[in-house]
Amino acid sequence: MNKKISTPIKRVDAGMKTGGSTRYIGDIPFEGMLYGKVVRSSRARAKVKGVHVPVLPEGYYYIDAGDIPEDGKNRIEMIKDDWPVFADREVRFIGETIGLLVGPDRKELNRLRDEVKVEYEELTPVFTIEEAEAVKGGPVHGKDNVYGDYHLKKGDPDAAFAEADRIIEDTVRTGYQEHIYMEPQGVIARVQEDGKLGVFFSGQCPFYVRHAVSATMGVPEEQVEVQQTVTGGAFGGKEHYPDVISTPLAVAAGKIGKPIGLFFDRIEDISFTPKRHPSTTHFRTALDKEGNIIAMDIDVRLNAGAYESCSLVVLQRAIFSVNSVYNIPNVKIRGRAFATNNVPSDAYRGFGAPQGLFAMETHMSHVARAIGAEELELKGRYLLKQGDVTVTNGRIHEEVKLPEMIRRIEEMSGYRRKVKEYTPGSWKGIGLSLFNHGSGFTGNGEQEIIKGVVKMRKRADGIVDLLVSNVEMGQGLQTTFRKIAAMVLEIPVDSVVYNDPNTGLVPDSGPTCASRSIAIVGYLVQEAAKKLKKRWDESDVVEVSHQYETPEGLIPWDQNNLQGDAYPSYGWGVNVVEVEVDPLTYEVTTKGIWAVHDVGVAIDEKIVEGQVDGGIIQALGYGSLEKLEVKDGRFQQKTMADYTIPTSMDFPRIKSSLVDNPYEYGPFGAKGAGELVFDGAAAAFADAVQMAVDGDIKQIPVTPEYIMEVRENAHS
Amino acid sequence: MPTVKFSVNGTSHSIDTDPLRRLLDVLREDLKLTGVKEGCGEGECGACSVLKDGVLVNSCMIPMGTCEGSEIITPEGLRETDQGKTIIDAYGESGAVQCGFCTPGMMMATEALLRKNPSPSEDEAREALSGNLCRCTGYDMIIDGVLKAAERGKGLW
Repeated sequence: MNKKISTPIKRVDAGMKTGGSTRYIGDIPFEGMLYGKVVRSSRARAKVKGVHVPVLPEGYYYIDAGDIPEDGKNRIEMIKDDWPVFADREVRFIGETIGLLVGPDRKELNRLRDEVKVEYEELTPVFTIEEAEAVKGGPVHGKDNVYGDYHLKKGDPDAAFAEADRIIEDTVRTGYQEHIYMEPQGVIARVQEDGKLGVFFSGQCPFYVRHAVSATMGVPEEQVEVQQTVTGGAFGGKEHYPDVISTPLAVAAGKIGKPIGLFFDRIEDISFTPKRHPSTTHFRTALDKEGNIIAMDIDVRLNAGAYESCSLVVLQRAIFSVNSVYNIPNVKIRGRAFATNNVPSDAYRGFGAPQGLFAMETHMSHVARAIGAEELELKGRYLLKQGDVTVTNGRIHEEVKLPEMIRRIEEMSGYRRKVKEYTPGSWKGIGLSLFNHGSGFTGNGEQEIIKGVVKMRKRADGIVDLLVSNVEMGQGLQTTFRKIAAMVLEIPVDSVVYNDPNTGLVPDSGPTCASRSIAIVGYLVQEAAKKLKKRWDESDVVEVSHQYETPEGLIPWDQNNLQGDAYPSYGWGVNVVEVEVDPLTYEVTTKGIWAVHDVGVAIDEKIVEGQVDGGIIQALGYGSLEKLEVKDGRFQQKTMADYTIPTSMDFPRIKSSLVDNPYEYGPFGAKGAGELVFDGAAAAFADAVQMAVDGDIKQIPVTPEYIMEVRENAHS
Repeated sequence: MPTVKFSVNGTSHSIDTDPLRRLLDVLREDLKLTGVKEGCGEGECGACSVLKDGVLVNSCMIPMGTCEGSEIITPEGLRETDQGKTIIDAYGESGAVQCGFCTPGMMMATEALLRKNPSPSEDEAREALSGNLCRCTGYDMIIDGVLKAAERGKGLW
């Protein structure tokens, strides 16, 4: 471990935030600001025959598709542009934006919104993957409701299946998950004094917002200035969705000419903003006579909702992750994302990997149970090693330290002893999961799409401005980026200035997502700082920049066939969870949580530990508590009272540790951490419950109701 | 509209307001005390926590009509006190802060706990903060912050 960079320092933003001095989007005063209220579809699938707006009081406005400037377009330019700014001819989900009411008084806006009458011609909606596959009511998308259908092949799975002694079939499901960032969505748009359109927003990707707003408004990107504001949590929920609300708001601000704020309340936020993709994964696993896994045939299906948005990229990560950390010699994988009339699914911490990894880890535990093998022994036979072939026929280029990590977690948790001690069905259980997470954009995203740039400027007085588009959203970037720059330049951390980015002032170093901020952009920061250091003695202002280059030695990525190195490097992890299940109520009490991760080198151990703690608890919520059901296109849980996230009393203290494994192209050897730490805990939890109740757990969240079902099936 | 007289962070205020208006809105909109956050608007998350006559409350659930004569402490008031400064430092050193949106409310809950129980156990700290939700930290480091504040601030509470 590079002691110097990893040694914790006090977060630069801690004092201001705790004392309540930090201004979030809802805290910024704007003279004469109006408010926006979204008029939403109440139908999951319908043609819009007419919208009847009541007579509006003076100073109130109704904005819809007809107000988009002539040169603009009624499409939100995200990864895909299929999502309209305002639904005009048809609606595809409940809550879709039809129009925007704008005015000074929020109560009055609520009253007016209730008086807007939309005339619909109802169509038959589809809500489940099965209904989408059956193209019920005609396709929502294309001819078959399939946004994407991918196929991967490694080795010769057909030949291996033909020789199989036994084939085990298994289906694993994961549910929706809501982000519950503590600060709900918020955007402010206004026409600036210089005539540019200014957007303030809480979120992850300033240049995404600029791109979407400029396309909708039909103006050059430079005519839009986007200022990120301190963001009260995001977790992927503020990756693309700010585009969806800033575009209609920009149309309104452009037309009305006054600043307008659009702030969601919690019910709106839970009811209508995107969620983690629900998944259904079917496995066929071929074994030889000795009980060795010789091949797998895996079919991953995601419920992507009403618009494609980023679903295909999520699907790619899901299928690249669905073989987890194993080198199975012959593998066939199919992945599909389906269009339904639910709220669109979108980015959420892990971005498809948690679904794929949960499915595979859980399936491996089912195989072990089916053939009477010890689970960790079975998994241990197939662990990926340096040089091994991935499911995209790329390679693992780095040293894989899983054996060391497994040994360490066994010592910390007493896993091996407890596995022997807690017989299945003893109401006590211990579970283990293995996982990895590719850092950075999938495939050729970094080199072909993002091409990230950072700039650094030394002022005459020796203060250094760090100019990047990545944002602080809780993960500690304000501290870690400064640390990287300061350590290279050998100056104090507080001599580095890194303001919340404004697209008018910083270069596009890409979005804040995909565990890329440290692993990819942090490296650019380090390299730019090295350049600046060489010119440190120049007396004037010195500005340097550095752009992303593909690391050497990678197998080039073929996006058409999804072949090559999907990621340049991976973070790795092992989680253990111990539980007790109440034999009467089936309530689960978590008795212990242990974690070992390889994030290369920690840029501040405390910040990484904070990511570990938070990621694991969020994943345990996903695995155990966070039930989000959808009925007829409407989420049944819409408040924080009925969609419950973990409290300080739900889980015991986490014991975690890091292994040192420096990565050549990471700053000070660091790799990504933010998503990795979410990826494993749900599977470890389900595995522990499985042992405690002696029945196959096949879905999350593992609620007491579901455990009852499992017990009844296992013992009937 | 009735007038409500109350004090906030030691300053007296007299506000003409609908008695059903939320204390949260008066603090944020009329008094510009934006350290009080709105996370859920239904008393579930604790981001809007303040002390009302020494009792920890969710200001989104408090109608102004119940505030006549009350003494309200918000994060803006607490942060100026020795107790507040101790909590802020302890949180910073413990890694208790990530996105920060829940943190002012957490500070208020910590103050309320330490006033009643200056040397809490870990379990007592977990219970006292269980009405304040955080999505970033997983809570362990916030609890560390509470315990560190208690230790550092011996004699303050």
